[in-house]
Amino acid sequence: MSTRDIVHIALFAAIVAALGVFPPIILPLVGVPITAQSLGVMLAGSVLGARRGGLAVLLFLALVAAGAPLLAGGRGGFGVFLGPSGGFLIGWPVAAFAIGWLVERTWQRLDLGRAFLANVLGGILVMYAFGVPWIAVAAEIPLATAFTGALGFVPGDLVKAGIAAVVAVTVKRAYPIIEAKTSA
Amino acid sequence: MSFGLYIERQSPLHRLAPSVKLAALLAAGIGVFLVRDPLWLLPVLGMVGALWAVAQIPMRQAWRQLRPLAVLMLLFLLVHGWLTSWTLGFLVVLRFAILVLAAFLVTTTTRLSEMIETLERAMAPLTRFGVNPAKVSLALSLALRFIPLLYDRVREIREAQRARGRERSIVSIAVPLLVRTLRMANDLTEALEARGFDGTVTADAPKPPKPRR
Repeated sequence: MSTRDIVHIALFAAIVAALGVFPPIILPLVGVPITAQSLGVMLAGSVLGARRGGLAVLLFLALVAAGAPLLAGGRGGFGVFLGPSGGFLIGWPVAAFAIGWLVERTWQRLDLGRAFLANVLGGILVMYAFGVPWIAVAAEIPLATAFTGALGFVPGDLVKAGIAAVVAVTVKRAYPIIEAKTSA
Repeated sequence: MSFGLYIERQSPLHRLAPSVKLAALLAAGIGVFLVRDPLWLLPVLGMVGALWAVAQIPMRQAWRQLRPLAVLMLLFLLVHGWLTSWTLGFLVVLRFAILVLAAFLVTTTTRLSEMIETLERAMAPLTRFGVNPAKVSLALSLALRFIPLLYDRVREIREAQRARGRERSIVSIAVPLLVRTLRMANDLTEALEARGFDGTVTADAPKPPKPRR
């Protein structure tokens, strides 16, 4: 891992933090906040690739755990991991890694559709695979019920996957990072 | 370190080593999942409350941590009351309340810098698996240094986009934020390498300097 990789990881962790300043939109009825922050997770994978993207998100979570109030709404500390949405947070680095892995596989032909698909698979499927079972276990509700409840997040997350795809493709054109790595 | 959830007080809890507090939190975390009767959790919640008093942390801080969870907690309670039993509902809600409050107590009585040091030390065994502690430290301190800077940058970009009537579009804020930050990453890398940062392996030999803009 080169100095450049470390700098990319650190700065992207800071980007994920900075995206937390957008006020969360609370979905009516379900009461779940939709934040630009999980968009940062998708972007980390889409722009930095699997390894660096996953590590950037892991670094961000380490700072949160240590007590930096970086999550949207100024939350932080170990408590956020022990709360009901803790599983989703644990899933963040894995999701970023999965998105990065998919994006790297299709890098040469990356267009909006492929980027969107990568973000849906990694950012929604993988993320929920961590978040939903945790809710089911910790709140002792049946997995199916937890899953039904989580469906409320899906529309917002689809929008985010779309935004992440647009941003990823645009940034690739302006400043390709993944390519820079494979050619080095 | 000026930002963080730490609240300065003189208390035994503040003086306790972070690793001890973390171990206690872990034990509490396992403990509350072993208990099946919510009546047993009430004294535990009382104990956490007593520790808040010992640490002299204002109670409104507790409310600030619990408020974002309130809707979800109510939902869990209702789902259980409807599907299984109210007892189980109260068990689940009490469990989350205890965990979140105890964890926040650890966070608010420990300085961010102390906690980072503790986490770094906890990672020491990972050296065997190729984790370089110097690089981890560099990444942590770089991120901490650049977070306030990027907050300002988001504000700047939002203002610039407001002038174009586009401050509500996340795309038109995220793209410049990313491109400008990645460009800054380039300069930063060169500066680090010029100053001889070499927590790196030999594969990362210094490259010839590029002309500055």
